[in-house]
Amino acid sequence: MKIAIPVTENHFDGNVCPSFGRTPYYLFYDVEGKREEFLANQAADSPGGAGIQAAQFLVNQKVSAVLAPRLGENAAQVLKGAGILVYRTENDSIQDSLLAFEEGRLKILDEIHPGFHNHGEK
Amino acid sequence: MRIAVLSGKGGTGKTLLSVNLAAAAKESVYVDCDVEEPNGHLYFKPFIITAETVHQPIPVVDPDRCTGCGKCVDFCQFHALAHTGKNLMIFEDICHSCGGCLLVCPEKALAEKNKEVGQVTLGISEHVTVLSGEMKIGEASGIPLIHHLLKNATTYKNYTFIDCPPGSACIVMESIQDADYCLLVAEPTVFGAHNLAMVADLVSLFSIPFGVVLNKNLPGENPSETYCKEKNIPILARIPFDQKLGEINAQGKILVREDPKWKKIFSPILDTIHREVKHETVAHFKR
Repeated sequence: MKIAIPVTENHFDGNVCPSFGRTPYYLFYDVEGKREEFLANQAADSPGGAGIQAAQFLVNQKVSAVLAPRLGENAAQVLKGAGILVYRTENDSIQDSLLAFEEGRLKILDEIHPGFHNHGEK
Repeated sequence: MRIAVLSGKGGTGKTLLSVNLAAAAKESVYVDCDVEEPNGHLYFKPFIITAETVHQPIPVVDPDRCTGCGKCVDFCQFHALAHTGKNLMIFEDICHSCGGCLLVCPEKALAEKNKEVGQVTLGISEHVTVLSGEMKIGEASGIPLIHHLLKNATTYKNYTFIDCPPGSACIVMESIQDADYCLLVAEPTVFGAHNLAMVADLVSLFSIPFGVVLNKNLPGENPSETYCKEKNIPILARIPFDQKLGEINAQGKILVREDPKWKKIFSPILDTIHREVKHETVAHFKR
């Protein structure tokens, strides 16, 4: 099973990023094989539609689940449409979030905010 | 001649200025591009001749033809399309109606439907033709309406006054892009000067000649005036901070139609713009 987390750095010293669409990197983690891969998020500097572009990236990467603190509604629609589950992280530690997920302690993220559109998204 | 009236913030006097200039010019067109909250019609109270619903083309997918190749998703610079592996999702509010996705689809699985975005009206108020747009509630962008308004304004009369939306975002760029001159209205405050600088940068980017009208003038310090002097921006007029003016305006009346004495403020602005534009066409061939 492959999962993805928006992260602030391209190594484990970074944190879980509070922004889904504009996070600088994603950590892709293969739960069974315990292998990780950090990839840059091409949507980070997108002038608009970053959430959709980032969600498309995760769909293309064939992830089964996303761990994130929050999510905009456009991104949520794409992930939901692709059958990708989103779990809410409980703090900004990458290691804590991975462990909590593997132990089944993370809850499904069901509060979706309307995004930061209309030029508020920075 | 197309004169766009704009300001960095709302409430500085764009409508005051553009309505009174249009009324002071003998034959003119007034275009209210502030389609999110149009208010020019409250002054002109135009006799409406035509009302037209405006549509925007939005792609629709035929799921039987779509193979999920993702070419449209990769093409869309606004990321209005996503493919979930099962189906193509189209985000209508993000779509800019460029039609590119239809062109790149190898399966011809995309077609266009018309989405209603608002209404434009054309009316008459004495010698002024009044064009006004109003967005449909819930729409995200006024740009298709502004595009339609300005396309309709091309064939009319000597002067066209474009009452722009506030700010310096896409919607303002759409309003000023074909203007011959930009009039920037500014308040005598630090905040006013800051927002004036933002629109001055914007119109410079478009290489459109521009000047400033200082509104709500009081004796003493005026940060917007200081900014104009520092940047060598021409100041075309100073409108006083005047209780009588405020009262007439607040009643939805047009100053120059109430009392010809107000023409002394507004008419010279037109003469100055004429001189500036003539000079500009001789001095620069940038546009």
